[in-house]
Amino acid sequence: MTRERASRLLFAVGAAGAAVLFALALGGLPHVGDVPHPYGARAVSSAVGRHTANAISSVNFDQRALDTLGEEFVLFGAAVAALLLLRRMRDEDDRAGVGQAGPGDVWSAVNLAGFALLAPTVLVGLYVVAHGAISPGGGFQGGAVLATGLHLAYLAGDYGVLERLRPLAVFDVAEAVGAAGFVLLGVSGLFVGDPFLANWLPTGTLGSLTSAGMVELFNVAVGMEVASALILLLSKFLEQALLVHERDHE
Amino acid sequence: MSALEIVVVMLVTAPLLVGALVAGGAVTAMGRRLADPVVLLVAVAVTVAAGWTAGAVGDGTRVVWPGGWTPVHGEPIGVALVIDRPAALLVCLVGLLTVAALTYSWHFLADTGTPYVVLVVVFLGACAGFALAGDVFDAFVWFELMGVTAYALTGMRIEEHRSVHGALTFGIVNTVGASLSLSGVALLYARTGELNLAAIGRSLRGSPPDHLVVVSCALLLTGVLVKMALVPFHFWTADAEAVAPTPVCVLLSGAMVTVGAFAVARWWWVVFDGSVPESAIRHALVGFGTVTAVVGAVMCASQRHLKRLLAYSTVAHSGVIACGIGLLSGPGIAAAGLYAVGHACTKGALFLVTGLLLNRFETLDEHELYRRGRGMWLAGTTFVVGGLALAGLPPFGTWAGKAAFSTALAGAHAGWLEVVLLLVSALTGGSVLRAGLRIFAGLGEEPDPGPDTHEQPEGDHPPRRDVLRVLVPPVVLMCVGLWLALGPGVAASAASAGATVVDQQQYSAAVLGGAHLALPAGHVEPLWSVTTVALGLLGAALATGFALASLWPSRLPGPLSVVRRPWHSTQRVLHAVHRAHVGDYVSWVLVGFAVLGATLLLS
Amino acid sequence: MSDVLAALPYAVAAWVLLAGCYGIATSRNFIHIIVCLSLVQSSTYLLLLLVGWSGHATAPVFGDVQPGVRVVDPVVQALTLTDIVVGAAVTALLLALTIQLAKRLGTIDPDRIRSLEEDLEE
Repeated sequence: MTRERASRLLFAVGAAGAAVLFALALGGLPHVGDVPHPYGARAVSSAVGRHTANAISSVNFDQRALDTLGEEFVLFGAAVAALLLLRRMRDEDDRAGVGQAGPGDVWSAVNLAGFALLAPTVLVGLYVVAHGAISPGGGFQGGAVLATGLHLAYLAGDYGVLERLRPLAVFDVAEAVGAAGFVLLGVSGLFVGDPFLANWLPTGTLGSLTSAGMVELFNVAVGMEVASALILLLSKFLEQALLVHERDHE
Repeated sequence: MSALEIVVVMLVTAPLLVGALVAGGAVTAMGRRLADPVVLLVAVAVTVAAGWTAGAVGDGTRVVWPGGWTPVHGEPIGVALVIDRPAALLVCLVGLLTVAALTYSWHFLADTGTPYVVLVVVFLGACAGFALAGDVFDAFVWFELMGVTAYALTGMRIEEHRSVHGALTFGIVNTVGASLSLSGVALLYARTGELNLAAIGRSLRGSPPDHLVVVSCALLLTGVLVKMALVPFHFWTADAEAVAPTPVCVLLSGAMVTVGAFAVARWWWVVFDGSVPESAIRHALVGFGTVTAVVGAVMCASQRHLKRLLAYSTVAHSGVIACGIGLLSGPGIAAAGLYAVGHACTKGALFLVTGLLLNRFETLDEHELYRRGRGMWLAGTTFVVGGLALAGLPPFGTWAGKAAFSTALAGAHAGWLEVVLLLVSALTGGSVLRAGLRIFAGLGEEPDPGPDTHEQPEGDHPPRRDVLRVLVPPVVLMCVGLWLALGPGVAASAASAGATVVDQQQYSAAVLGGAHLALPAGHVEPLWSVTTVALGLLGAALATGFALASLWPSRLPGPLSVVRRPWHSTQRVLHAVHRAHVGDYVSWVLVGFAVLGATLLLS
Repeated sequence: MSDVLAALPYAVAAWVLLAGCYGIATSRNFIHIIVCLSLVQSSTYLLLLLVGWSGHATAPVFGDVQPGVRVVDPVVQALTLTDIVVGAAVTALLLALTIQLAKRLGTIDPDRIRSLEEDLEE
């Protein structure tokens, strides 16, 4: 039997077995829509009790903030990993010294649209981060909008402008501040006699910007961290694509 | 929050916080210089704090609810961090291995830079989080954080394509396992409406088990068994550990496998015991464990590449640990735990010595290194003693574990597993012994030169006086192993830790509220007895015999040489199966899940 | 019949998982493998959201609706959000590794890479 046929047979056996097990399991599930959610009900009433209109944000940043801490560090770890794995090697050079990758060959309509949309997109990103506790959104979503919004400059065809908008050292520090900030905000609860990650700020009225206490601050920390991490990741990938090349041997 | 609760929270968050601060500080030159010492200091602090916590919490179980979200009417809202002695000891072990790895890499791993130490310390924090997590989804998040940092650390040597390929394989296989586990979490949530481990357990025990529960158990365990490197989830192990930088190998072999084993034990007793039949999990763990032990041992014996050899021996010992958990008793867990700690220390020491060889000779092929290690007396002694320790020679760490195993096996009427243990000792210990004698003592017949096996060194070879400094971490790890065998009270601590793991009522009561009655550990058999010492010496003798037979194959006596042909054909078959690409490894994960599920359903 | 239809959404999640695994098992390109891996991860999002859904319920955000109205499960949505972030991070990491592999070996075909490594050992 050739290697390929053996591989396919192996997969067929594994997938068939897994499919049978899934079928047995799914047979025991209640119908979609009829699954009882006791934990969900508790989470909603807790969120309302803490005057957090967005129950998901309450779950993420208040009730189960430890999960979010871990999740934030996963993204942090990925950005640091990109710094480690996409580093300059001994036999590589980058074109920064020779001449930067300049404006690409794009239609002027695309160029205009990109630059026109950049500021509003960044503004929307900031809005989404700030209003995480009262409307759908939050630090993660807003951070992603911020990071990709900045890259509209690249999509508009000008990598040079992107580089100027995006001093990497600043975002290195911002990412660290965001990640460390989350932990320190959590620790701040200890100083006022509350447990770690406690939501100890006053929780205002439901639906206002100053409601939900610490959730807003956690949102900002996460937004900063996510935006910086994604910018760092994208910067490393773009460097590899546009700038890095093997050193020319004389 | 009390002092104990603050320390518990710090065990998880201090490494993460320091990792973030060090990463931010790396923009300055001063920050870059301080990165290594600061991170080392944090690792030491975590190790000491975890040790203190193990003593402070004693036989009890304490729970921390971040955010103050304690359960309402016994129904949890927040995420629990649960500390008891076994969890604290696990964090202490991971801390110790991290200290050893960081000490080694501070001077002897080039091109590290700040990202490397940041990832190592975040890995430490993730392991601590996983060990202490009382919530199944929180455990998943820490599990993924462990994974992300480990994949990056494995692929760190980007000039070596094997490193990068190994890291990719590692990442893909582990992520598939993690997704299967998460599916299990979703199914359990659908059935019980809870994510807290104790709450899920309480809910499942209320009704008879059906296919959904059993399949969820198989799904949940699959991800952890991939980390634990049981067959057939183990294919990534050799690929990754053969190519990872030496300090990272120490972490993968010692920390990841042990953390995975702890999760299997903890989740079984808290969540599934009382709903999934005991016979089911016993057959599954002992079955998978035995196959893993045998396959790992045979593959180990046939390797020439030192790190691959050690990686397969990790697989074999992981199988033994799984068998120990499968005994489903307090002494069984105690034995598995003691064995795991002893193995982690010994394996870590062996990996660090191979790092020295790599930097000096730029190869890790046993045949290529024939006789070249002569004169390296400290490295050679450590390596050979490590091999004997793996074989179970008293008074080392692995022997202590095996001694505890003898008691547990007798109690569970599973004496036949002693044969498996002896086989693993003989083959894995013997292989390391063979390699050590060949390299450092120049014994054995001249081996065939073989293909070009040059590898990039990881760092500069240190001048003679610094060689002694390199060897401090491995020697210290071996001494920890010695302490396990000789130290007073070790057997009692292990027994009480084992009893805590199986004491499901105490865990539930601590998390959900209620009266708890700590189960006594029962009579603790001492480690040192005629049987255990005899078995240890037997294992070491078999290992030595195997090593000598491999060193001088042409002088093998007549009756024994008849095993040569079946031995070589078995190896050929196994090698063909192991030389696959990542797609096949994923298929094997599915096959393993299917077999695990079938075993659980049909037992 | 209605039971089968009722279980269909869950079956879709299982199908997506197995289809993703099939893609990984038979792929000749590491980037394709990573995309299939994100497909496997997507099946878990789907399963989580299905488990959390309720009929005749709205989003758990009390902006326009008052507390007390029936909403879907927010816990599961928070879990899915976490899962997506983790998935994105892992994908980025694996792609970075693939870039380096391509630079070293000039190929990202798993079969070719495996045989290249074997050739180097003969």
